[in-house]
Amino acid sequence: MTAREHPPSWSHVGRHAMFPEATHDDVARFDFLANLNGYLSAAMLPRVREAWESRVKPRFEREHGRPPADRHEVRKAIAGDPVYQTWSALRRTSMEMRQQVGRALVLHQLPELIEKARAANDGASTLRLDPSITPPRYADAVDIHCMPGGYHGAICDDDVSNGANYDAGIFATTGGMLGRYNDGGGRALAQWLRETRPDFRPRRILDIGCTVGHNIVPVALAYPDAEVIAVDTAAPMLRYGHARARALGATNITFVQANGESLPWPDGHFDLITTAMFWHETSNRAMPRILAEIHRLLAPGGLTVHLEQPQYHGMDPYEQFIRDWDAYNNNEPFWSEMHDYDLKAKMTEAGFDPATYFETKMRGVVDRAIFPEAGGGSEDYGRAPMWTAFGASK
Amino acid sequence: MSATLPPGFDPILLANAKAKGKRPWFFADPDVERVMAIAMAIAMEHAVTRQRLDALERVLERKGLMSREELDAFAPGPEAEAERTRWMKGYIARVLRIIQQEAEAARPERRDLDRSMPEIMEELRHS
Repeated sequence: MTAREHPPSWSHVGRHAMFPEATHDDVARFDFLANLNGYLSAAMLPRVREAWESRVKPRFEREHGRPPADRHEVRKAIAGDPVYQTWSALRRTSMEMRQQVGRALVLHQLPELIEKARAANDGASTLRLDPSITPPRYADAVDIHCMPGGYHGAICDDDVSNGANYDAGIFATTGGMLGRYNDGGGRALAQWLRETRPDFRPRRILDIGCTVGHNIVPVALAYPDAEVIAVDTAAPMLRYGHARARALGATNITFVQANGESLPWPDGHFDLITTAMFWHETSNRAMPRILAEIHRLLAPGGLTVHLEQPQYHGMDPYEQFIRDWDAYNNNEPFWSEMHDYDLKAKMTEAGFDPATYFETKMRGVVDRAIFPEAGGGSEDYGRAPMWTAFGASK
Repeated sequence: MSATLPPGFDPILLANAKAKGKRPWFFADPDVERVMAIAMAIAMEHAVTRQRLDALERVLERKGLMSREELDAFAPGPEAEAERTRWMKGYIARVLRIIQQEAEAARPERRDLDRSMPEIMEELRHS
């Protein structure tokens, strides 16, 4: 059994001052779920592929006289296979249980969490909420990744419960792969900027769709002299995210409730504009509008860079189908469509010069505090996720 | 000013809230999946108990109150063994109650266990 099959205990999660308090049993529940997920991916997922290769695909080929043309044919063909059904039913149940465990943890201390957030937020000029901002349809049509209430849901005034639940659960869901503070994406981005653009000194940075700000905090800490703006449409995320950033010492971020399709800053205001795991939670119409806003807001010489899950181009239909599982079964309704897009074309349509477009692989930064045995060098023993990063300059 | 929770705020039920969006059911018979989801929740709570027991043992060991070797080498006396065996037997019977009941009703001489309510209603209506 490889080390990867043993995710780190949730007891290693980074506990900043805004983080919910957890008991022994809360930790054990998250540990159960992380190990269940590890089992599902390490022990069961290869069996799903075998079922596909050994019986489902041959049957499809006999019936159609050709291999499946795309992931949708794979999905329909495999739906009746018992190994796939069991894996899927367990995976879906695990997602639902993760939400239940996170919500139970957070809701039992909701008044205390609200007080902690208020202590950091009340009167702060670095948190700007705007009640006129309504949830966009793409963030409200379903509760994305099965988080009851979604990003916008609030049980009471000043609610931060879903922000806290989101922050608490990522470590278990990802098996610690994003680091103690779930900020592996932001840390990768900061490291990539440092390595590829050592002389870049952005004065103003914008992060769109920041949720709890977990990916913008490392960037803000990497550029302490920059003025950083993090926007989201969801007030519960911003309240929690602002208090969280304060607790982690990132005091140069202003959290603003705003919609990325229409942002309240003048043309050319920002030198760096980022998103992380954002586009797959938008929509076909919103995406070009937000890209056009990014183009408008970027200063000449500015840079925009986006972290996303890998695009589907070049993957075989089965691989695409497996990556698409969340779209259908974990409430990610734009995921499938978005991962088919030609991102360069989208950026070009938004006004960017295609000659400045780039697309690269970006590897997460291994958190040595939880994976000390990963050692140095490029070998990460599967402890770091790999994303697609794309962007352009103006 | 402390947070004002809505009237009837029940963190236990709210923790279980359903996410917006139709749930996919993967098995042909949703009953199987329903039972599986309950079994997985019990499996999780069992793991929690096991982890708590392990933590307790380690704390006691750290305080020098016992050693886990002692626990592993634990040999109950005859009376304790009988008590423990009785408990285990009862436990297994409780877990498998439904199977036992189904099997009892299947015995030819115990057809009386499985007479339907409408059948008995009809009988009582005429007796």
